[in-house]
Amino acid sequence: MKRSKGEQIFSVVNILIMILVCAIMLYPMLYVIGHSAMGDAERALHPLRMFPRKPDWTGYRYILSSPSIWSSYLVTIFRVLAGTALNILITSLLAYPLSRKKYPARKFLTVLITFTMWFSGGMIPNFLLIRSLGLTNTFWVYVIPHLVDPFNLIILRNFFMQIPDSLEESAKIDGANDFTILMRIVLPLSKASIATIGLFYAVFHWNTWWDSMLYISDKNMWTIQYLLQQLIANSNIYDFAASSSVTKPPAEAIRMACIVVATIPILCVYPFIQKYFVKGVLVGSVKG
Amino acid sequence: MTEKKSLGKKVKEFFTRYWMLHLMVLPGLLYFLVFKYVPMYGLIIAFKNYKGAVGGVSAIFASDWVGLRHFKTFLTSSQFPRLMGNTLILSGLRLLFVFPAPILLAVLLNEVKNRLFKKSVQTITYMPYFLSWVVVAGLLRILVGSEGPLNALIVKLGGESVYFMASAEHFRGLLIISEIWKTVGYGTIVYLAAIAGVDMEQYEAAQLDGANRFQQIIHVTLPAISEIIAIMLILQMGKIMTDNFEQIYTMYSEAVYSVADVFDTYIYRTGIIGSNFSYTTAVGLFKSVISLFLIFVTNKASKRLGSEGLF
Repeated sequence: MKRSKGEQIFSVVNILIMILVCAIMLYPMLYVIGHSAMGDAERALHPLRMFPRKPDWTGYRYILSSPSIWSSYLVTIFRVLAGTALNILITSLLAYPLSRKKYPARKFLTVLITFTMWFSGGMIPNFLLIRSLGLTNTFWVYVIPHLVDPFNLIILRNFFMQIPDSLEESAKIDGANDFTILMRIVLPLSKASIATIGLFYAVFHWNTWWDSMLYISDKNMWTIQYLLQQLIANSNIYDFAASSSVTKPPAEAIRMACIVVATIPILCVYPFIQKYFVKGVLVGSVKG
Repeated sequence: MTEKKSLGKKVKEFFTRYWMLHLMVLPGLLYFLVFKYVPMYGLIIAFKNYKGAVGGVSAIFASDWVGLRHFKTFLTSSQFPRLMGNTLILSGLRLLFVFPAPILLAVLLNEVKNRLFKKSVQTITYMPYFLSWVVVAGLLRILVGSEGPLNALIVKLGGESVYFMASAEHFRGLLIISEIWKTVGYGTIVYLAAIAGVDMEQYEAAQLDGANRFQQIIHVTLPAISEIIAIMLILQMGKIMTDNFEQIYTMYSEAVYSVADVFDTYIYRTGIIGSNFSYTTAVGLFKSVISLFLIFVTNKASKRLGSEGLF
Protein backbone atom coordinates (compact mmCIF):
# COMPACT_ATOMS: atom_id res chain seq x y z
CA MET A 1 0.00 0.00 0.00
CA LYS A 2 1.35 3.41 -0.92
CA ARG A 3 1.92 5.61 2.05
CA SER A 4 0.54 9.10 1.95
CA LYS A 5 2.65 12.18 2.50
CA GLY A 6 1.12 12.71 5.95
CA GLU A 7 2.11 9.20 6.96
CA GLN A 8 5.68 9.75 5.88
CA ILE A 9 5.93 13.01 7.84
CA PHE A 10 4.49 11.25 10.86
CA SER A 11 7.08 8.50 10.63
CA VAL A 12 9.98 10.88 10.25
CA VAL A 13 8.86 13.11 13.13
CA ASN A 14 8.27 10.07 15.31
CA ILE A 15 11.74 8.72 14.62
CA LEU A 16 13.24 12.13 15.39
CA ILE A 17 11.38 12.21 18.71
CA MET A 18 12.70 8.74 19.55
CA ILE A 19 16.26 9.81 18.72
CA LEU A 20 15.82 12.86 20.93
CA VAL A 21 14.53 10.70 23.80
CA CYS A 22 17.53 8.39 23.46
CA ALA A 23 19.89 11.37 23.40
CA ILE A 24 18.35 12.68 26.64
CA MET A 25 18.75 9.23 28.21
CA LEU A 26 22.37 8.84 27.12
CA TYR A 27 23.67 12.38 27.53
CA PRO A 28 24.07 12.44 31.35
CA MET A 29 25.88 9.11 31.35
CA LEU A 30 28.16 9.94 28.42
CA TYR A 31 28.89 13.40 29.81
CA VAL A 32 30.04 12.01 33.14
CA ILE A 33 32.04 9.21 31.50
CA GLY A 34 33.75 11.75 29.25
CA HIS A 35 34.41 14.27 31.99
CA SER A 36 35.67 11.66 34.43
CA ALA A 37 38.73 11.47 32.17
CA MET A 38 39.04 15.21 31.51
CA GLY A 39 41.65 17.44 33.05
CA ASP A 40 40.60 20.41 35.13
CA ALA A 41 41.99 22.98 32.73
CA GLU A 42 40.15 21.52 29.76
CA ARG A 43 36.89 21.33 31.69
CA ALA A 44 37.14 24.97 32.77
CA LEU A 45 37.78 26.09 29.20
CA HIS A 46 35.24 23.84 27.46
CA PRO A 47 32.45 22.92 29.87
CA LEU A 48 30.17 21.88 27.01
CA ARG A 49 32.63 19.48 25.43
CA MET A 50 31.63 15.82 25.87
CA PHE A 51 34.88 13.90 25.52
CA PRO A 52 38.40 15.01 26.37
CA ARG A 53 40.92 15.74 23.63
CA LYS A 54 43.69 14.66 25.95
CA PRO A 55 42.49 12.13 28.54
CA ASP A 56 43.54 12.78 32.10
CA TRP A 57 43.25 9.74 34.36
CA THR A 58 44.19 11.29 37.70
CA GLY A 59 40.64 10.92 39.05
CA TYR A 60 40.71 7.19 38.39
CA ARG A 61 44.28 6.85 39.64
CA TYR A 62 43.23 8.47 42.89
CA ILE A 63 40.11 6.34 43.28
CA LEU A 64 41.86 3.08 42.48
CA SER A 65 44.60 3.69 45.03
CA SER A 66 42.11 4.50 47.79
CA PRO A 67 41.79 1.62 50.30
CA SER A 68 38.26 2.64 51.35
CA ILE A 69 37.01 2.44 47.77
CA TRP A 70 38.47 -1.02 47.37
CA SER A 71 37.05 -2.32 50.63
CA SER A 72 33.62 -0.85 49.80
CA TYR A 73 33.79 -2.49 46.43
CA LEU A 74 34.62 -5.87 47.93
CA VAL A 75 31.92 -5.53 50.60
CA THR A 76 29.38 -4.73 47.88
CA ILE A 77 30.44 -7.65 45.67
CA PHE A 78 30.27 -10.00 48.63
CA ARG A 79 26.89 -8.56 49.57
CA VAL A 80 25.54 -9.15 46.07
CA LEU A 81 26.81 -12.74 45.96
CA ALA A 82 25.87 -13.85 49.47
CA GLY A 83 22.68 -11.79 49.56
CA THR A 84 21.35 -12.95 46.21
CA ALA A 85 22.20 -16.62 46.88
CA LEU A 86 20.32 -16.57 50.18
CA ASN A 87 17.45 -14.60 48.63
CA ILE A 88 16.99 -17.22 45.92
CA LEU A 89 17.22 -20.11 48.36
CA ILE A 90 14.73 -18.80 50.92
CA THR A 91 12.38 -17.34 48.30
CA SER A 92 12.15 -20.64 46.36
CA LEU A 93 11.62 -22.64 49.54
CA LEU A 94 8.73 -20.34 50.44
CA ALA A 95 7.31 -19.94 46.93
CA TYR A 96 6.98 -23.67 46.30
CA PRO A 97 4.50 -24.52 49.09
CA LEU A 98 2.58 -21.32 48.30
CA SER A 99 2.19 -22.51 44.70
CA ARG A 100 0.71 -25.92 45.71
CA LYS A 101 -3.07 -25.78 45.74
CA LYS A 102 -3.26 -28.65 48.21
CA TYR A 103 -1.13 -26.95 50.85
CA PRO A 104 -3.61 -25.99 53.58
CA ALA A 105 -1.69 -23.00 55.01
CA ARG A 106 -1.37 -21.42 51.58
CA LYS A 107 -4.13 -18.79 51.83
CA PHE A 108 -3.23 -17.72 55.33
CA LEU A 109 0.47 -17.32 54.52
CA THR A 110 -0.24 -15.41 51.31
CA VAL A 111 -2.37 -12.89 53.19
CA LEU A 112 0.21 -12.65 55.99
CA ILE A 113 2.96 -11.91 53.47
CA THR A 114 1.14 -9.58 51.09
CA PHE A 115 -0.08 -7.46 54.00
CA THR A 116 3.54 -6.48 54.63
CA MET A 117 3.60 -4.81 51.20
CA TRP A 118 0.90 -2.40 52.30
CA PHE A 119 1.78 -1.73 55.88
CA SER A 120 5.05 -1.74 57.77
CA GLY A 121 6.43 -0.66 61.08
CA GLY A 122 8.38 2.05 59.33
CA MET A 123 11.87 3.40 59.74
CA ILE A 124 12.10 3.81 63.50
CA PRO A 125 10.71 0.45 64.72
CA ASN A 126 12.89 -1.28 62.09
CA PHE A 127 15.91 0.62 63.28
CA LEU A 128 15.24 -0.31 66.91
CA LEU A 129 14.69 -3.96 66.01
CA ILE A 130 17.94 -4.24 64.08
CA ARG A 131 19.77 -2.50 66.86
CA SER A 132 18.44 -4.85 69.52
CA LEU A 133 19.19 -7.90 67.37
CA GLY A 134 22.82 -6.80 67.41
CA LEU A 135 23.01 -6.56 63.64
CA THR A 136 24.40 -3.02 63.57
CA ASN A 137 27.99 -2.84 62.37
CA THR A 138 27.95 -6.41 61.11
CA PHE A 139 28.00 -7.54 57.50
CA TRP A 140 24.77 -9.50 58.04
CA VAL A 141 22.70 -6.34 58.32
CA TYR A 142 23.02 -6.17 54.52
CA VAL A 143 21.61 -9.65 54.00
CA ILE A 144 19.26 -10.86 56.72
CA PRO A 145 16.78 -7.94 56.87
CA HIS A 146 16.20 -8.34 53.09
CA LEU A 147 15.88 -12.14 52.85
CA VAL A 148 12.54 -12.28 51.00
CA ASP A 149 10.96 -9.56 48.91
CA PRO A 150 7.19 -10.14 48.63
CA PHE A 151 7.10 -8.87 45.03
CA ASN A 152 9.78 -11.35 43.92
CA LEU A 153 8.09 -14.08 45.92
CA ILE A 154 4.84 -13.53 44.01
CA ILE A 155 6.68 -13.56 40.66
CA LEU A 156 8.28 -16.90 41.52
CA ARG A 157 5.10 -18.40 42.96
CA ASN A 158 3.25 -17.51 39.75
CA PHE A 159 5.91 -19.22 37.66
CA PHE A 160 5.75 -22.31 39.86
CA MET A 161 1.95 -22.39 39.52
CA GLN A 162 2.27 -22.78 35.76
CA ILE A 163 4.10 -26.09 36.16
CA PRO A 164 1.51 -28.84 35.62
CA ASP A 165 0.50 -30.89 38.68
CA SER A 166 0.87 -34.11 36.69
CA LEU A 167 4.66 -33.81 36.76
CA GLU A 168 4.57 -33.56 40.51
CA GLU A 169 2.12 -36.43 40.91
CA SER A 170 4.16 -38.84 38.81
CA ALA A 171 7.24 -37.95 40.83
CA LYS A 172 5.29 -38.63 44.02
CA ILE A 173 4.38 -42.08 42.73
CA ASP A 174 8.06 -42.71 42.15
CA GLY A 175 8.58 -41.95 45.83
CA ALA A 176 9.94 -38.42 45.62
CA ASN A 177 9.20 -36.06 48.51
CA ASP A 178 8.34 -32.36 48.21
CA PHE A 179 11.90 -31.18 48.69
CA THR A 180 13.31 -33.42 45.96
CA ILE A 181 10.45 -32.39 43.66
CA LEU A 182 11.41 -28.74 44.16
CA MET A 183 15.10 -29.43 43.62
CA ARG A 184 14.91 -31.97 40.78
CA ILE A 185 11.79 -30.94 38.86
CA VAL A 186 10.48 -27.48 39.69
CA LEU A 187 13.73 -25.49 39.91
CA PRO A 188 15.30 -26.93 36.73
CA LEU A 189 12.09 -26.00 34.88
CA SER A 190 12.17 -22.48 36.30
CA LYS A 191 15.66 -21.34 35.34
CA ALA A 192 14.34 -18.26 33.56
CA SER A 193 12.23 -17.18 36.51
CA ILE A 194 15.05 -17.80 38.97
CA ALA A 195 17.25 -15.64 36.73
CA THR A 196 14.57 -12.95 36.77
CA ILE A 197 14.20 -12.67 40.51
CA GLY A 198 17.94 -13.24 41.05
CA LEU A 199 18.52 -10.23 38.89
CA PHE A 200 16.07 -8.01 40.75
CA TYR A 201 17.69 -9.06 44.02
CA ALA A 202 21.23 -8.52 42.70
CA VAL A 203 20.44 -5.04 41.38
CA PHE A 204 18.79 -4.20 44.71
CA HIS A 205 21.87 -5.27 46.66
CA TRP A 206 24.23 -3.41 44.36
CA ASN A 207 22.21 -0.19 44.43
CA THR A 208 21.17 0.00 48.08
CA TRP A 209 22.95 2.57 50.19
CA TRP A 210 20.66 3.58 53.06
CA ASP A 211 21.35 0.54 55.23
CA SER A 212 25.01 1.57 55.37
CA MET A 213 23.82 5.00 56.44
CA LEU A 214 21.51 3.65 59.15
CA TYR A 215 23.50 0.75 60.55
CA ILE A 216 27.21 0.89 59.70
CA SER A 217 29.59 3.39 61.23
CA ASP A 218 32.86 1.90 59.96
CA LYS A 219 33.36 3.41 56.53
CA ASN A 220 35.39 0.42 55.35
CA MET A 221 32.19 -1.59 55.57
CA TRP A 222 30.02 0.83 53.65
CA THR A 223 28.64 -0.32 50.32
CA ILE A 224 30.04 1.45 47.28
CA GLN A 225 26.82 3.38 46.72
CA TYR A 226 26.88 4.90 50.19
CA LEU A 227 30.54 5.80 49.89
CA LEU A 228 29.63 7.50 46.62
CA GLN A 229 26.73 9.26 48.34
CA GLN A 230 29.19 10.66 50.89
CA LEU A 231 31.60 11.73 48.15
CA ILE A 232 28.81 13.52 46.33
CA ALA A 233 27.14 15.17 49.30
CA ASN A 234 30.24 16.31 51.20
CA SER A 235 32.88 18.83 50.34
CA ASN A 236 35.68 17.27 52.40
CA ILE A 237 35.79 14.22 50.17
CA TYR A 238 39.46 13.43 50.81
CA ASP A 239 38.49 12.18 54.29
CA PHE A 240 36.14 9.63 52.82
CA ALA A 241 38.46 8.32 50.17
CA ALA A 242 41.95 8.82 51.49
CA SER A 243 44.39 7.62 48.90
CA SER A 244 48.07 6.91 48.57
CA SER A 245 48.01 8.67 45.21
CA VAL A 246 50.57 11.48 45.08
CA THR A 247 48.39 13.96 43.22
CA LYS A 248 45.18 15.25 44.73
CA PRO A 249 42.87 15.75 41.78
CA PRO A 250 39.92 18.14 42.10
CA ALA A 251 36.87 16.81 43.93
CA GLU A 252 34.73 16.80 40.80
CA ALA A 253 37.10 14.45 38.96
CA ILE A 254 37.08 12.01 41.88
CA ARG A 255 33.30 12.13 42.09
CA MET A 256 32.84 11.41 38.41
CA ALA A 257 35.38 8.60 38.40
CA CYS A 258 33.59 7.08 41.39
CA ILE A 259 30.19 7.34 39.70
CA VAL A 260 31.59 5.46 36.71
CA VAL A 261 33.28 2.81 38.84
CA ALA A 262 30.11 2.27 40.90
CA THR A 263 27.91 1.97 37.81
CA ILE A 264 30.02 -0.08 35.40
CA PRO A 265 29.03 -3.50 36.78
CA ILE A 266 25.34 -2.66 36.25
CA LEU A 267 25.98 -1.45 32.71
CA CYS A 268 28.01 -4.59 31.94
CA VAL A 269 25.33 -7.07 32.97
CA TYR A 270 22.46 -4.93 31.71
CA PRO A 271 22.38 -6.24 28.10
CA PHE A 272 22.12 -9.81 29.34
CA ILE A 273 19.32 -9.15 31.80
CA GLN A 274 16.99 -7.22 29.57
CA LYS A 275 15.00 -10.19 28.29
CA TYR A 276 14.45 -11.43 31.82
CA PHE A 277 13.20 -8.33 33.57
CA VAL A 278 10.57 -7.55 30.95
CA LYS A 279 9.03 -10.93 31.66
CA GLY A 280 9.33 -10.43 35.41
CA VAL A 281 7.63 -7.05 35.35
CA LEU A 282 4.68 -8.42 33.44
CA VAL A 283 4.18 -11.50 35.58
CA GLY A 284 4.53 -9.42 38.72
CA SER A 285 2.27 -6.54 37.80
CA VAL A 286 -0.48 -7.89 35.61
CA LYS A 287 -1.22 -11.14 37.31
CA GLY A 288 -1.09 -11.29 41.08
CA MET B 1 -18.13 -42.66 51.84
CA THR B 2 -17.79 -39.28 53.50
CA GLU B 3 -16.70 -39.44 57.05
CA LYS B 4 -16.44 -36.23 59.05
CA LYS B 5 -12.96 -36.00 60.49
CA SER B 6 -12.63 -34.82 64.05
CA LEU B 7 -10.75 -31.60 64.71
CA GLY B 8 -7.95 -33.44 66.42
CA LYS B 9 -7.52 -35.68 63.42
CA LYS B 10 -7.47 -32.70 61.11
CA VAL B 11 -4.83 -30.93 63.18
CA LYS B 12 -2.78 -34.11 63.28
CA GLU B 13 -3.06 -34.50 59.53
CA PHE B 14 -2.13 -30.83 59.01
CA PHE B 15 1.17 -31.49 60.73
CA THR B 16 1.98 -35.06 59.64
CA ARG B 17 0.96 -34.97 56.02
CA TYR B 18 2.49 -31.60 55.15
CA TRP B 19 5.45 -31.54 57.53
CA MET B 20 7.97 -31.16 54.74
CA LEU B 21 6.15 -28.22 53.15
CA HIS B 22 5.91 -26.61 56.60
CA LEU B 23 9.63 -27.08 57.01
CA MET B 24 10.28 -25.36 53.68
CA VAL B 25 8.09 -22.44 54.68
CA LEU B 26 9.72 -22.04 58.07
CA PRO B 27 12.78 -19.85 57.28
CA GLY B 28 10.74 -17.45 55.17
CA LEU B 29 7.92 -17.34 57.70
CA LEU B 30 10.36 -16.59 60.52
CA TYR B 31 11.82 -13.81 58.41
CA PHE B 32 8.43 -12.16 57.93
CA LEU B 33 7.48 -12.54 61.57
CA VAL B 34 10.74 -11.12 62.91
CA PHE B 35 11.51 -8.41 60.35
CA LYS B 36 8.02 -7.32 59.35
CA TYR B 37 5.64 -8.11 62.20
CA VAL B 38 7.88 -7.35 65.19
CA PRO B 39 8.40 -3.76 63.90
CA MET B 40 4.61 -3.47 63.56
CA TYR B 41 4.38 -4.44 67.21
CA GLY B 42 7.10 -1.86 67.87
CA LEU B 43 4.68 0.80 66.65
CA ILE B 44 3.22 0.91 70.15
CA ILE B 45 6.06 3.20 71.17
CA ALA B 46 4.13 5.86 69.26
CA PHE B 47 1.80 5.82 72.29
CA LYS B 48 4.62 5.62 74.82
CA ASN B 49 7.57 7.65 75.87
CA TYR B 50 10.39 5.47 74.68
CA LYS B 51 13.73 6.37 76.19
CA GLY B 52 15.96 3.73 74.80
CA ALA B 53 19.15 5.53 73.97
CA VAL B 54 20.90 2.19 74.40
CA GLY B 55 18.05 -0.26 74.82
CA GLY B 56 16.25 -2.03 72.04
CA VAL B 57 12.92 -3.82 71.90
CA SER B 58 13.02 -4.64 75.63
CA ALA B 59 13.01 -0.94 76.52
CA ILE B 60 9.54 -0.73 74.93
CA PHE B 61 7.98 -2.41 77.96
CA ALA B 62 9.73 -0.19 80.45
CA SER B 63 8.53 3.07 78.96
CA ASP B 64 5.40 4.92 80.10
CA TRP B 65 2.16 5.30 78.20
CA VAL B 66 1.39 8.79 76.95
CA GLY B 67 -1.65 8.08 74.82
CA LEU B 68 -2.03 10.31 71.79
CA ARG B 69 0.31 13.02 73.01
CA HIS B 70 2.88 12.58 70.20
CA PHE B 71 0.16 12.68 67.56
CA LYS B 72 -1.25 15.89 69.03
CA THR B 73 2.19 17.46 69.17
CA PHE B 74 2.81 16.61 65.54
CA LEU B 75 -0.58 17.61 64.20
CA THR B 76 -0.45 21.00 65.89
CA SER B 77 3.18 21.68 64.99
CA SER B 78 4.30 23.81 62.06
CA GLN B 79 5.94 20.69 60.58
CA PHE B 80 2.65 19.00 59.83
CA PRO B 81 1.29 21.40 57.18
CA ARG B 82 4.73 21.61 55.59
CA LEU B 83 5.30 17.85 55.32
CA MET B 84 1.73 17.14 54.25
CA GLY B 85 1.79 19.98 51.74
CA ASN B 86 5.09 18.91 50.18
CA THR B 87 3.96 15.28 50.00
CA LEU B 88 0.67 16.16 48.32
CA ILE B 89 2.22 18.67 45.92
CA LEU B 90 4.94 16.25 44.86
CA SER B 91 2.39 13.46 44.41
CA GLY B 92 0.19 15.78 42.37
CA LEU B 93 3.09 16.75 40.12
CA ARG B 94 4.03 13.10 39.78
CA LEU B 95 0.46 12.22 38.75
CA LEU B 96 0.46 15.04 36.23
CA PHE B 97 3.86 14.55 34.63
CA VAL B 98 5.54 11.27 35.64
CA PHE B 99 2.44 9.13 35.20
CA PRO B 100 1.53 10.02 31.56
CA ALA B 101 5.15 9.98 30.31
CA PRO B 102 5.47 6.21 29.78
CA ILE B 103 2.03 6.06 28.16
CA LEU B 104 3.07 8.64 25.60
CA LEU B 105 6.39 6.94 25.00
CA ALA B 106 4.75 3.52 24.62
CA VAL B 107 2.26 4.83 22.06
CA LEU B 108 5.02 6.48 20.03
CA LEU B 109 7.27 3.42 20.34
CA ASN B 110 4.46 1.31 18.95
CA GLU B 111 4.44 3.48 15.84
CA VAL B 112 8.10 2.69 15.11
CA LYS B 113 7.98 0.04 12.43
CA ASN B 114 11.66 -0.83 12.23
CA ARG B 115 12.11 -3.60 14.80
CA LEU B 116 15.82 -3.14 15.34
CA PHE B 117 15.41 0.60 15.91
CA LYS B 118 12.50 -0.02 18.29
CA LYS B 119 14.54 -2.52 20.27
CA SER B 120 17.47 -0.12 20.52
CA VAL B 121 15.23 2.65 21.82
CA GLN B 122 13.81 0.25 24.41
CA THR B 123 17.27 -0.90 25.50
CA ILE B 124 18.45 2.68 25.93
CA THR B 125 15.36 3.99 27.73
CA TYR B 126 15.10 1.06 30.18
CA MET B 127 18.70 1.51 31.29
CA PRO B 128 18.43 4.44 33.76
CA TYR B 129 15.99 2.41 35.85
CA PHE B 130 18.88 0.21 36.95
CA LEU B 131 21.01 3.07 38.21
CA SER B 132 20.80 3.81 41.91
CA TRP B 133 19.31 7.06 43.16
CA VAL B 134 22.75 7.97 44.46
CA VAL B 135 24.11 7.79 40.92
CA VAL B 136 21.14 9.64 39.43
CA ALA B 137 21.49 12.37 42.06
CA GLY B 138 25.21 12.52 41.31
CA LEU B 139 24.59 12.91 37.58
CA LEU B 140 22.01 15.61 38.25
CA ARG B 141 24.27 17.59 40.58
CA ILE B 142 27.02 17.55 37.97
CA LEU B 143 24.77 18.48 35.04
CA VAL B 144 23.04 21.40 36.76
CA GLY B 145 25.95 22.35 39.03
CA SER B 146 27.88 25.59 38.85
CA GLU B 147 30.57 24.04 36.62
CA GLY B 148 28.12 21.89 34.67
CA PRO B 149 26.97 22.12 31.07
CA LEU B 150 23.56 23.65 31.82
CA ASN B 151 25.01 26.68 33.57
CA ALA B 152 27.74 26.93 30.94
CA LEU B 153 25.01 27.12 28.33
CA ILE B 154 23.06 29.72 30.30
CA VAL B 155 26.15 31.87 30.69
CA LYS B 156 27.02 31.46 27.02
CA LEU B 157 23.56 32.70 26.08
CA GLY B 158 24.12 35.76 28.22
CA GLY B 159 22.23 34.64 31.31
CA GLU B 160 23.38 34.34 34.87
CA SER B 161 24.49 31.10 36.48
CA VAL B 162 21.84 29.50 38.73
CA TYR B 163 22.55 27.21 41.66
CA PHE B 164 19.66 24.86 40.83
CA MET B 165 20.15 22.24 43.55
CA ALA B 166 19.69 24.82 46.30
CA SER B 167 16.94 26.77 44.58
CA ALA B 168 13.53 26.31 46.18
CA GLU B 169 12.01 27.57 42.97
CA HIS B 170 13.55 24.87 40.77
CA PHE B 171 13.98 21.93 43.11
CA ARG B 172 10.60 20.24 42.62
CA GLY B 173 11.07 20.48 38.87
CA LEU B 174 14.41 18.69 39.23
CA LEU B 175 12.77 15.92 41.27
CA ILE B 176 10.10 15.39 38.64
CA ILE B 177 12.47 15.54 35.66
CA SER B 178 14.94 13.13 37.23
CA GLU B 179 12.16 10.71 38.11
CA ILE B 180 10.85 10.78 34.55
CA TRP B 181 14.37 10.24 33.26
CA LYS B 182 14.90 7.23 35.50
CA THR B 183 11.52 5.51 35.16
CA VAL B 184 9.88 6.44 31.86
CA GLY B 185 11.36 3.61 29.80
CA TYR B 186 10.74 0.96 32.39
CA GLY B 187 7.18 2.21 32.79
CA THR B 188 6.42 1.51 29.13
CA ILE B 189 6.75 -2.27 29.60
CA VAL B 190 3.23 -2.71 30.95
CA TYR B 191 1.65 -0.52 28.28
CA LEU B 192 3.60 -2.07 25.41
CA ALA B 193 2.42 -5.49 26.52
CA ALA B 194 -1.18 -4.27 26.44
CA ILE B 195 -0.69 -2.74 22.99
CA ALA B 196 0.88 -5.97 21.73
CA GLY B 197 -2.38 -7.71 22.58
CA VAL B 198 -4.34 -5.59 20.07
CA ASP B 199 -5.59 -7.52 17.09
CA MET B 200 -3.78 -6.35 13.93
CA GLU B 201 -7.08 -6.66 12.08
CA GLN B 202 -8.35 -3.66 13.99
CA TYR B 203 -5.61 -1.50 12.52
CA GLU B 204 -6.28 -2.89 9.06
CA ALA B 205 -9.98 -2.18 9.38
CA ALA B 206 -9.24 1.36 10.52
CA GLN B 207 -6.93 1.84 7.53
CA LEU B 208 -9.65 0.63 5.17
CA ASP B 209 -11.96 3.21 6.73
CA GLY B 210 -9.40 5.83 5.82
CA ALA B 211 -7.96 6.46 9.28
CA ASN B 212 -4.51 7.99 9.28
CA ARG B 213 -1.82 7.06 11.80
CA PHE B 214 -2.88 9.68 14.30
CA GLN B 215 -6.53 8.61 14.08
CA GLN B 216 -5.43 4.99 14.52
CA ILE B 217 -3.70 5.96 17.76
CA ILE B 218 -6.83 7.73 19.00
CA HIS B 219 -9.36 5.12 17.94
CA VAL B 220 -7.48 1.82 18.21
CA THR B 221 -4.36 2.00 20.39
CA LEU B 222 -5.62 4.22 23.20
CA PRO B 223 -8.96 2.43 23.72
CA ALA B 224 -7.05 -0.86 23.79
CA ILE B 225 -4.89 0.29 26.69
CA SER B 226 -7.46 2.47 28.44
CA GLU B 227 -8.23 -0.24 30.95
CA ILE B 228 -4.64 -0.75 32.01
CA ILE B 229 -4.19 3.04 32.15
CA ALA B 230 -7.17 3.30 34.49
CA ILE B 231 -5.81 0.53 36.69
CA MET B 232 -2.33 2.06 36.85
CA LEU B 233 -3.84 5.47 37.58
CA ILE B 234 -5.90 4.15 40.46
CA LEU B 235 -2.93 2.29 41.91
CA GLN B 236 -0.86 5.47 41.57
CA MET B 237 -3.52 7.35 43.55
CA GLY B 238 -3.07 4.79 46.29
CA LYS B 239 0.53 5.91 46.56
CA ILE B 240 -0.23 9.57 47.22
CA MET B 241 1.26 9.39 50.70
CA THR B 242 4.31 7.43 49.62
CA ASP B 243 7.28 9.69 49.45
CA ASN B 244 10.35 8.84 47.52
CA PHE B 245 12.83 8.92 50.40
CA GLU B 246 15.80 7.65 48.41
CA GLN B 247 15.39 10.23 45.69
CA ILE B 248 14.73 13.21 47.94
CA TYR B 249 17.39 12.33 50.49
CA THR B 250 20.11 12.00 47.86
CA MET B 251 19.17 15.30 46.21
CA TYR B 252 17.96 17.73 48.82
CA SER B 253 19.75 20.09 51.18
CA GLU B 254 18.72 22.48 53.93
CA ALA B 255 18.13 25.23 51.39
CA VAL B 256 15.18 23.34 49.88
CA TYR B 257 13.59 21.80 53.01
CA SER B 258 10.70 24.22 52.58
CA VAL B 259 9.68 22.62 49.26
CA ALA B 260 11.05 19.07 49.50
CA ASP B 261 10.95 17.92 53.11
CA VAL B 262 8.54 14.98 53.36
CA PHE B 263 7.52 12.54 56.10
CA ASP B 264 10.37 10.06 55.75
CA THR B 265 13.15 12.62 55.44
CA TYR B 266 11.79 14.39 58.52
CA ILE B 267 11.52 11.09 60.41
CA TYR B 268 15.10 10.27 59.51
CA ARG B 269 16.50 13.60 60.70
CA THR B 270 14.41 13.90 63.83
CA GLY B 271 14.16 10.22 64.73
CA ILE B 272 17.43 8.57 63.79
CA ILE B 273 19.79 11.56 63.96
CA GLY B 274 17.92 13.28 66.78
CA SER B 275 17.08 10.04 68.69
CA ASN B 276 13.50 11.23 69.09
CA PHE B 277 12.10 7.74 68.62
CA SER B 278 8.57 7.82 70.04
CA TYR B 279 7.55 11.09 68.43
CA THR B 280 8.79 10.12 64.96
CA THR B 281 7.21 6.68 65.23
CA ALA B 282 3.92 8.50 65.74
CA VAL B 283 4.63 10.62 62.65
CA GLY B 284 5.38 7.46 60.65
CA LEU B 285 2.31 5.65 61.93
CA PHE B 286 0.09 8.59 61.01
CA LYS B 287 1.42 8.40 57.46
CA SER B 288 1.25 4.60 57.21
CA VAL B 289 -2.37 4.42 58.34
CA ILE B 290 -3.51 6.92 55.71
CA SER B 291 -1.44 5.04 53.11
CA LEU B 292 -2.98 1.72 54.05
CA PHE B 293 -6.46 3.17 53.78
CA LEU B 294 -5.72 4.66 50.34
CA ILE B 295 -4.19 1.45 49.03
CA PHE B 296 -7.12 -0.55 50.31
CA VAL B 297 -9.68 1.71 48.64
CA THR B 298 -7.82 1.99 45.34
CA ASN B 299 -7.12 -1.73 45.19
CA LYS B 300 -10.83 -2.40 45.60
CA ALA B 301 -11.58 0.10 42.85
CA SER B 302 -9.09 -1.45 40.44
CA LYS B 303 -10.57 -4.88 41.06
CA ARG B 304 -13.95 -3.51 40.12
CA LEU B 305 -12.38 -2.45 36.83
CA GLY B 306 -11.67 -6.05 36.02
CA SER B 307 -8.06 -6.31 37.06
CA GLU B 308 -7.22 -9.08 39.47
CA GLY B 309 -5.89 -6.37 41.72
CA LEU B 310 -2.23 -5.96 42.27
CA PHE B 311 -2.09 -8.92 44.62
